[in-house]
Amino acid sequence: MADRAVALSNKTGLFAAALVAGLILAALVAIFMAADVAAGLGAADWAAVRFTVTQAVWSAVLSVLLAVPVARALARRRFWGRGALITLLGAPFVLPVIVAVLGLLTVFGRSGVLNQFGAALGLPSVSIYGLHGVVLAHVFFNLPLATRLLLQGWQSIPSERFRLAGQLQMTPRALFLTLEWPMLRQVLPGVAALIFVICLTSFAVALTLGGGPRATTIELAIYQAFRFDFDLGLAALLSVVQLVLAGTAAVAALWLIPPISMGGGLDSPLRRWDARGGGQRVLDGVVIMLAALFLLLPLGAVMLRGLVGLGQLPPSVWQATLNSVLVVGLSVAVLALLALPMAGWIATRRRGGVEAIGLMGLAASPLMIGTGWFILINPVLDPARLSLPVTALVNALMALPFVLRILVPRLREMLQDFGPLTQTLGMRGWALWRLLVLPRLRPQLGFAAGLTGALSVGDLGVIALFADQDRATLPLQMYRLMGAYRMEAAAGAALLLLVLALAVFFICDKWGRWHADA
Amino acid sequence: MKYLTLAAGVMGASAAWAETPELTVYTYDSFVTEWGPGPAIEKGFEAECGCDLKFVGMGDGAALLARLKLEGARSDADIVLGLDTSLVAAAKETELFAPSGLQAEYDLPIIWEDDVFVPYDWGYFAFVHGTDLAAPADFKTLAESDLKIVIQDPRSSTPGLGLLMWVKAAYGDDASEVWAALADNVVTVTKGWSEAYGLFLEGEADMVLSYTTSPAYHLIAEEDDSKTAALFDEGHYMQIEVAGKLAGSDQPELADQFLQYLVSDAAQSVLPTTNWMYPAVTPQDGLPEGFDGMIQPGKALLVPNADVPALREEAVNEWLTALSR
Repeated sequence: MADRAVALSNKTGLFAAALVAGLILAALVAIFMAADVAAGLGAADWAAVRFTVTQAVWSAVLSVLLAVPVARALARRRFWGRGALITLLGAPFVLPVIVAVLGLLTVFGRSGVLNQFGAALGLPSVSIYGLHGVVLAHVFFNLPLATRLLLQGWQSIPSERFRLAGQLQMTPRALFLTLEWPMLRQVLPGVAALIFVICLTSFAVALTLGGGPRATTIELAIYQAFRFDFDLGLAALLSVVQLVLAGTAAVAALWLIPPISMGGGLDSPLRRWDARGGGQRVLDGVVIMLAALFLLLPLGAVMLRGLVGLGQLPPSVWQATLNSVLVVGLSVAVLALLALPMAGWIATRRRGGVEAIGLMGLAASPLMIGTGWFILINPVLDPARLSLPVTALVNALMALPFVLRILVPRLREMLQDFGPLTQTLGMRGWALWRLLVLPRLRPQLGFAAGLTGALSVGDLGVIALFADQDRATLPLQMYRLMGAYRMEAAAGAALLLLVLALAVFFICDKWGRWHADA
Repeated sequence: MKYLTLAAGVMGASAAWAETPELTVYTYDSFVTEWGPGPAIEKGFEAECGCDLKFVGMGDGAALLARLKLEGARSDADIVLGLDTSLVAAAKETELFAPSGLQAEYDLPIIWEDDVFVPYDWGYFAFVHGTDLAAPADFKTLAESDLKIVIQDPRSSTPGLGLLMWVKAAYGDDASEVWAALADNVVTVTKGWSEAYGLFLEGEADMVLSYTTSPAYHLIAEEDDSKTAALFDEGHYMQIEVAGKLAGSDQPELADQFLQYLVSDAAQSVLPTTNWMYPAVTPQDGLPEGFDGMIQPGKALLVPNADVPALREEAVNEWLTALSR
């Protein structure tokens, strides 16, 4: 391409993209080869497909609708602890699913805080199992993500406009219609689409809160077909359904999903001249309080119970912790090798079809990839031996789309700013990466590594398929403790997991910002 | 020099370790917990075999079989312990098991004529509940009530599959209607017995699918008489739990010795108060006190082993369809 401004090599990018596609497709082909795919989907499988879509729609719509008032209140209020609250709001997204589920059970379970409170008032008890449980958990995870992305949107409105609106003495309603609504109309569909795609492939939430065939996601059905029935044909068919469904949604959403920034600017609130009235103030206060309660109460419950349970941790938990740390290291390394060249390639183009390959990681069922590789490995080696590397690989693939969203905008900017200079200097290849790109990309790299690491610490997917006792990761060990109803010990493991996930995130993120002015 | 000493030490240790043969037994999770039969049986058998007995807990009974199919002939297991009569035919179909050739004086409700699998204990499925509950006396009354129950997934657990067979044996072709009526009573379906029983104890449901002998646990181990099992007029389905030797075992003699131990008085007398089931061979000292207070089903139901696989597929589909609505 003659018009390319920077000599970033496309070959490595192409190779990385091909590798990603290859890893996923090889798994799919392997399953089809091993299975005899004669039977179609049964009534229960179609119910799983319907449930998957239903819960994803509910989760996306509710998360986004609830995030609007929260983001709005945060955008127009300044108060003590606002920065800390916004940082904490990021926590559920990197929180291990299984930890969150434990927290939600403590608050919303039949013998949880809410029901005890309700029983005291003579209210009938609510059950957390089934559709509403799954949606509740998904809103818990995605409300913070939606809030942050919307807050980015609010931040993108120039403050001069708010000043002008203030001078014109616009009512909050008028201001909402002229300034905020047009921004929301641009940002909301993308945020909803992202959450929809994330929820389509839900596994651990449905596994723990589903409550049986009524609330089975496709991903869970794949797990059951493989683990319970050993029905490879059904697992293969379901994998294809999932790939087509989530893939279509992901590619459609590609043009809508906003870039994910590190939220560096989110701490500094806009000066606002509107919404000074007492009513608005109270309203915002209540909204912020409710959101904080909803997000922090389960977290607090996990920590409190965890402290008590720390003393009861069986030794297997420490081995599992070590395994988890290993998986984090591996998945971050794999991700760096895949994501950087891909991001470099995408950044040199205007809009990326390449990014769609990255999105395959989000759309393809991690269990399908795991199963496929299990079949490929089985004739050569005991797959349990490779359960940790395969888990790390799958975790890296799942984080890939997020990481590309983080890296690409910054890379594009950089290539625009430095393109001519690098051409004049004849800088290319490794020298270009080492001298220009990597140092400047460091904050984004740290953030991306932190996100990947935290997500893979908490992942309960592939590992649930074929780990044995010696190779369990911390989330799996915690799930087993919950299964054996050793809730105290499980709570201890949950605290450990929580600390590990947050530590991985903060260490990587800190590393990225160290000596960086961004 | 230090290095040499260390190396010698390591070599010595591994040589000593290699001399002790290892017998690997795949079983369900609740068997290996500290309050389950695992520890006592391990201690008892190791004392006479001069070997290292290793229990590996792998979910629930049916999941055990799926895991074995997955591993195929590569499996490290020498023995699989925890399948039941509903799985015997499917397990034989894998051709992974070898005949045990073991004979014993069983005290089972049926005549045992299987040369591959060795029964070690048995019981009747039942819904366990608190004594303060006015329990229904059949599935139809249960379905009409507002009572909340926890059950297990038939694809991953033996009680779950047993419940399907129970309804099938009691209602035949009307089973799907019974399931449709029961659907709104089911709070949640768990992967295995441990999860379901735990949820029940935490107060998440009124009744849980377990065994007629489960209340004996509360009575004997916890001196708590607040739990009982509901007696159903349709009769109760029987479960006979079995162990089998794998054809690919690298310790066939040790495996035979273990199966022999499993039906010996030493192991059988441990089972009632750890696995909370009836022993397959009644121990010399009889059953522990407390077991006589358990409900006695008027009618024992059991689908013949060979008929289970075909019935299972039909029943699982009916169940899935009824519960996924």
